[in-house]
Amino acid sequence: MTTVRIPAQLRTLTAGAGELSIDGSTVGEVLVALDGAHAGFAERLFDESGGLRRFVNVFVDEEDVRFLDGLATPLTPGQTISIVPAVAGG
Amino acid sequence: MDFVSGLRCRECGRGYPAEALHVCDFCFGPLEVTYDYEKIASVVTRERIEAGPRSIWRYADLLPVHDAAPVDLGAGFTPLVRADRLASELGLGELWIKDDTANPTGSFKDRVVSVALTKARQLGFKVAACASTGNLANSVAAHAARAGMDSIVLIPHDLERAKVTMTAVYGGTLVAVEGSYDDVNRLCAELTSEQPDWAFVNVNVRTYYAEGSKTLAFEVAEQLGWQAPDHVVVPIGSGSQLTKVAKGFRELWQVGLLDEEPSVRVSGAQAEGCSPVATAFAEGTDAIRPVKPNTIAKSLAIGNPADGWYALDAIRSSGGSCASVTDAEVLDGIGLLARTEGIFAETAGGVTIATLAKLAAQGAIRADERVVAMVTGHGLKTAEALTGVVGPTATIAPTLESFGDALGDQLNTIRSQRSS
Ligand SMILES: Cc1ncc(COP(=O)(O)O)c(C=O)c1O
Ligand SMILES: [Zn+2]
Repeated sequence: MTTVRIPAQLRTLTAGAGELSIDGSTVGEVLVALDGAHAGFAERLFDESGGLRRFVNVFVDEEDVRFLDGLATPLTPGQTISIVPAVAGG
Repeated sequence: MDFVSGLRCRECGRGYPAEALHVCDFCFGPLEVTYDYEKIASVVTRERIEAGPRSIWRYADLLPVHDAAPVDLGAGFTPLVRADRLASELGLGELWIKDDTANPTGSFKDRVVSVALTKARQLGFKVAACASTGNLANSVAAHAARAGMDSIVLIPHDLERAKVTMTAVYGGTLVAVEGSYDDVNRLCAELTSEQPDWAFVNVNVRTYYAEGSKTLAFEVAEQLGWQAPDHVVVPIGSGSQLTKVAKGFRELWQVGLLDEEPSVRVSGAQAEGCSPVATAFAEGTDAIRPVKPNTIAKSLAIGNPADGWYALDAIRSSGGSCASVTDAEVLDGIGLLARTEGIFAETAGGVTIATLAKLAAQGAIRADERVVAMVTGHGLKTAEALTGVVGPTATIAPTLESFGDALGDQLNTIRSQRSS
């Protein structure tokens, strides 16, 4: 199981839950499974080509997946994924 | 009454009310303030502005919040200095320095914080917070103290000593995070979801915060006699300032404050050790690849710039350029500005001046242009970057003899320069 942290902007999709446990062996699999459990995630997270939208950042244990293997980044049980809006800082 | 008509997503156009919102619920795009420009045009005049306070608040009609008593330490209306000696060293013609080192806490961040916290207070927030590369920390802590708000400031643990002291002294909560600025920023973006009662100036009230940077453009135009320059050079961290400077000149035209439609080339300045926008510009791509920063220009060390894409777009669509400079060039830039114009800038200013020099040498900035360089932070904040770079000419015993021994040759040049 992977823990997925949900930002406030997407908690309308999870009945207010800020953290969920989801199965999957890669970041992409977990995010797709998240959409299976709570419809609406996929259209918000992915663009037309199936990649992450420009303003969606995804982290595995605090590391941006763009420094890892993107959506193909493999997961080991017990890791935490954070979905974080990119628009912050500076 | 302000002239805000709402917030709008820059990506998908969805509308939102003017509350503490910064991200589109649907596509995660940034929200931007929208104004009723016709209404602004019907009230705003040069005379009305010129009769206002000598601060950013003289442009209140074009800001996202009005308040009879804003959260204010006097940010803005900083000197615009003609820089002839620097211009001639660089082979340029009419060059000006916007000296934002003169702000209350020594950087342009006072502009954005004064706007953000004035709006936050109106929205009912009692706690001011931020993620900062240093200058924002100084400014949030000071403005919160001024407003009687609590502050919670998060910084990377390895900032310059002066920036830590200049934050801690105001008595708020200061948390040093073992990580880079991008780590701090992610933590704050997550904290915003858990602490909705805190006004993170560059997260949940970022929409308002960002508008404060427009005042740099407003002031430059007013100080040039209500004319836009031909070319501006702006340092890039998150890319917000550059984007809003470009917007500021357009807005002045839109509300009828300029006689001629401005055509301002906007160029960006980055440090080589953190240059995701300059790299995308050089490669001609749209995608900004995040980097792990490594530069002495810590105030600009944002490896994952939130507004990088918009900054790139503003640069390209204006016909500007973007370049990056090494840490050694940054130090040279600080020295060059100090030596030629008597202005001591922090490392971000060194980035701007070194990039100005580089773009001038490349011909991207031309001698027939009226050029303004944004010098956005004071040198005392990053004085330690100059350790071992500058120091006393000589250290001597207090006698005429050792003075003469140490400086004899130089004395002759100094004397002859005076009589010539
Ligand atoms: C002195 C100074 N100049 C420029 C910047 C860059 O501003 P922005 O993040 O809006 O690009 C910053 C902070 O990020 C700064 O502290
Ligand atoms: Zn949107």
